[in-house]
Amino acid sequence: MADIFTKIGNLDRRIIFVLIALSVIIPILTDLIIPNIVGAEPSRDLFEFVDSLPPGSNVIISFDYDPSTMPELQPMAEAVVRHLFEKGHKIIGMALWPQGAALGQDAMSSLSDSLGKEQYQDWVNLGYKTGGGVMIVRLGTSMRAIFPTDRDNVPWSEIPMLQGINNLDDIQLVISLSAGDPGIIAWVMMAGDRYDIPIGGGCTAVSAPQLYTYLQTEQMVGLLGGLKGAADYETLVGIDNGQAIRGMSPQSVAHIAIMLFIIIGNVAYFMQKKRGGAR
Amino acid sequence: MRLIIPLAITFTSGMIMILNFFIPHQPFALLGDNLQEWYMIVASGAIFLGAANLLHVHFRKIRLKLKNWKYSPVTIVGFLVMIILGLFYGVTENLPFDYLFMNMVAPMGATMFSLLAFFVASAAFRAFRASNWRATLLLTSAFLVMLGQVPIGAMIWDKIPLAKVWLMAIPNTAGQRAVMIGAAMGVVATSLRMIFGIERSYLGGAD
Amino acid sequence: MNWEIVGIWLGAIVTLLLYSFLYRDNPFYKFAEHLFVGMSAGYWVIYSIFNVLIPNWWQNMFPPDGGFNWIWVIPGLFAMFMLARMVPKIAGLSRLALGMIVGTGAGLNMLTFFQSNALAQVKGTIFSVATGGVWSVFSSLVLVVGVVSGLVYFFFSKAHTGFTGKTANLGITILMVAFGASFGYTIMARLSLLIGRCTFLLEDWLPTIPRLLGIGG
Repeated sequence: MADIFTKIGNLDRRIIFVLIALSVIIPILTDLIIPNIVGAEPSRDLFEFVDSLPPGSNVIISFDYDPSTMPELQPMAEAVVRHLFEKGHKIIGMALWPQGAALGQDAMSSLSDSLGKEQYQDWVNLGYKTGGGVMIVRLGTSMRAIFPTDRDNVPWSEIPMLQGINNLDDIQLVISLSAGDPGIIAWVMMAGDRYDIPIGGGCTAVSAPQLYTYLQTEQMVGLLGGLKGAADYETLVGIDNGQAIRGMSPQSVAHIAIMLFIIIGNVAYFMQKKRGGAR
Repeated sequence: MRLIIPLAITFTSGMIMILNFFIPHQPFALLGDNLQEWYMIVASGAIFLGAANLLHVHFRKIRLKLKNWKYSPVTIVGFLVMIILGLFYGVTENLPFDYLFMNMVAPMGATMFSLLAFFVASAAFRAFRASNWRATLLLTSAFLVMLGQVPIGAMIWDKIPLAKVWLMAIPNTAGQRAVMIGAAMGVVATSLRMIFGIERSYLGGAD
Repeated sequence: MNWEIVGIWLGAIVTLLLYSFLYRDNPFYKFAEHLFVGMSAGYWVIYSIFNVLIPNWWQNMFPPDGGFNWIWVIPGLFAMFMLARMVPKIAGLSRLALGMIVGTGAGLNMLTFFQSNALAQVKGTIFSVATGGVWSVFSSLVLVVGVVSGLVYFFFSKAHTGFTGKTANLGITILMVAFGASFGYTIMARLSLLIGRCTFLLEDWLPTIPRLLGIGG
């Protein structure tokens, strides 16, 4: 009996890798769907804030992430873009991370085609700029100075939806989809607290616990935390078979698997300790 | 002596940003706006420095036949391919530069980070021990969050998601806020030290 | 040539090369890792040129409608000073650029961190409103006591003995709950990334195999 607990404690990590992989692969292959329920989450707060904006509002979406966090943030980007298009808002896309500009373009252009929206009338991708928080502060005084052209080098003066927009005062909401720094925190500090612009966010699950402090102080109007946040927003927007919703099933099974690993590891540890103490 | 000019530049830049915050009128508005725009250009220089350093490191590895030197040409070729395609075709969608980004760089980046899922599971199995009551509390909090975040939690007991929402909104916020306030004080102190030239470590190493 | 399928296969191949690391470190993994580093660096450089240097520097220095704004030579010069770090004889010039970057960042961060991460957080704690009911009052108390005791734990200028010690201990307890929540979210984040890759391999890549072999409809 003692041998079993020792063997378990010294289990080859590759066996754990295989079990984790199976806990993700099997739900995907079997198309297991566990319905997602949205509770009193910060994701609902963001949804309701977007709903409350008057149609035609100017909303900045800052795609502050890279491909490594696409599985969590790209579904959020698509759900948020869809919601904004459906409510008739104007989307100004930009990025504090270089690769975010391309990923944002992917989200906006694909949904623009399917929802009958027109680039430069309903959305624009201004692209990426370095500088993080320093760049955001300058946006507060002049957006054109930072973005004289959009990502495809079309001058600001030739983009119809940008006429009448001078600085952040002309923006009704900023949503930062962020994988780290620069990201939501930079927007909260430089735009939210300095220029009083409402800030919403979507972040990887790693960053979410820290950002709850901004929710309580109302420095943020809502937050999508990780894949669950993306699934919540897809549910609220009415995307039935969204990528994030489908991801919650393997997520559930894998969470249970990891919890079982931790419990088994602890049982093996305590049994080994008990036997060692008995001698 | 050689540090006086850089320290003066640090002090001047810092003071312009501080004065611009409190006095958003001319001439500080103009100075602040220009400095913020120039910051972006100079920060881009850091990206080029990083790329130049990458090439330098890998060429040196090849020249001196250091460990894993046979893979350095792969890095250099990958870099040059992206540079050449980018300069020729630009960054527009569906052209070769963007195609390689979406079909190679993006999947590789996503895969590198997804490897962590396996290692975090292995580490949790081997090292996460409820050896005292505080560790047990940490474990319980983690389990509650892990169950509350997924639909299965609500299926087990419908109060689990509510408990998770409360845990995130109250004790988690309290703990994170304590860390945040402490870190903010640290940033203020370090920033003041840098502006007034007491902290100079960022200037070291370039002789 | 179906470039979409070629693209899917490229993505799948590099994904599997990187996953081979799970068995053990091997040449396939090293190849993919080095390729990723090189291509990412190239990507960053190109984006800096097209999205920052050309529109924000070159076109400001040489406006499209003609002329030359000499003032924009200054940031260009400072950007080149950064590169001077690679040449030992003139590496000292990079300090000028670093001074500007650090000074600007420090000046901005000092105020914004204080405003957003200190003052606003203290205000949020003081004004954490109990909306009514025993549970709401209890929650507000937990929040206030948790923040104060957590701060006491990080205060090292006084020995953690007596009442200070008990408060610091309470602070550690609150911090343990917060770190447990962070751990749970971290697990979720890492698994989400794995789910994304597995979804790509199973739903995008695998179905192309029968198509390429001419099997199925």
